[in-house]
Amino acid sequence: MNGKTANVGIVIVSHSPLVAQGIADMVRQMVGDSVPLAWSGGNVHGELGTDAGGILRAIEAAWSDAGVAVFVDLGGAETNSEMAIEMLGLPRSALVSICNAPLVEGAVIAAAEASGGASLAKVVATAEELSP
Amino acid sequence: MTVQAEPVLVAGLIEVCRATIAANSDHLCALDRAIGDGDHGTNMRRGCEAVSAEGETLSGLPLPDAMEKIGLTLVMNVGGAAGPLYGTLLMEIGRELRKNDEKADFSQVLKQAIDAVARRGRSHAGDKTLLDVLYPVHAALASRSPLGAIARRAERSANRTADMKAMRGRAAYLGDRSIGHVDPGASSCALLTTAICRYLGEHRPQ
Repeated sequence: MNGKTANVGIVIVSHSPLVAQGIADMVRQMVGDSVPLAWSGGNVHGELGTDAGGILRAIEAAWSDAGVAVFVDLGGAETNSEMAIEMLGLPRSALVSICNAPLVEGAVIAAAEASGGASLAKVVATAEELSP
Repeated sequence: MTVQAEPVLVAGLIEVCRATIAANSDHLCALDRAIGDGDHGTNMRRGCEAVSAEGETLSGLPLPDAMEKIGLTLVMNVGGAAGPLYGTLLMEIGRELRKNDEKADFSQVLKQAIDAVARRGRSHAGDKTLLDVLYPVHAALASRSPLGAIARRAERSANRTADMKAMRGRAAYLGDRSIGHVDPGASSCALLTTAICRYLGEHRPQ
């Protein structure tokens, strides 16, 4: 979408391509095309795992000048997402946040918030309220 | 220890690391099956093969550039948490070497790089990770231990992770059940350290 919308973008990262794509489908059903959205699931061979290069491409695909909120499942997904954000480089890397929130509920509620034009900080805070 | 770019040395080290991981891939997967998702050996092998495939280009680069490129190749190919952790280690070694130019004391360079790995993984010594091998290896290097002693220290340190409770990574979900198993990342780190020490012992001009 390359920043054509003012809304915050959403990226979903899971060890499983099926999980990542399934959540992206749910989010799409909720908010339609109003939010830039991309997912990365699996390692470089499409097996279970995570892939820093794939996450980087997903962040670029969901890029919005308002920022991008990233949702991750297990440990390696977070570490690889941090690596991908670093590879994105400044100034864009400062506009990407990894949310400490449950993957499905977090992504859906964040997308709903983002579709209303909320700021990145507000989108992240709303999703993170779901965390215990 | 002053570091100089020696193309033959870089090519040789890449090959011994690749061969060591290939020979131990099943063992690393078995360790990972006990407390993780069972793919550490496969992931590391994929990463080492990707580095090896670029071996000729890499060995022609200045050492800092070669290290950074190896790190990036590991990040892009290993996956899991090991990719960014080993990748950060190599990339930071490259950056630190560049900062220090030819005057670099390698033990200081390594310390900076290990600290960067700790930040990346938000881990500390004792969390049952590859840091539990990297810190002792650094300590041995800093006290100018001979290569054989550094390798033995790495192996002992990896074995000691069996007594630790995992605080980071997939193994942390197991809590106390992670005790009694050697950490796969610590094990691959010790295997690589041993291979590197042996190779340097045989090939490094004194």
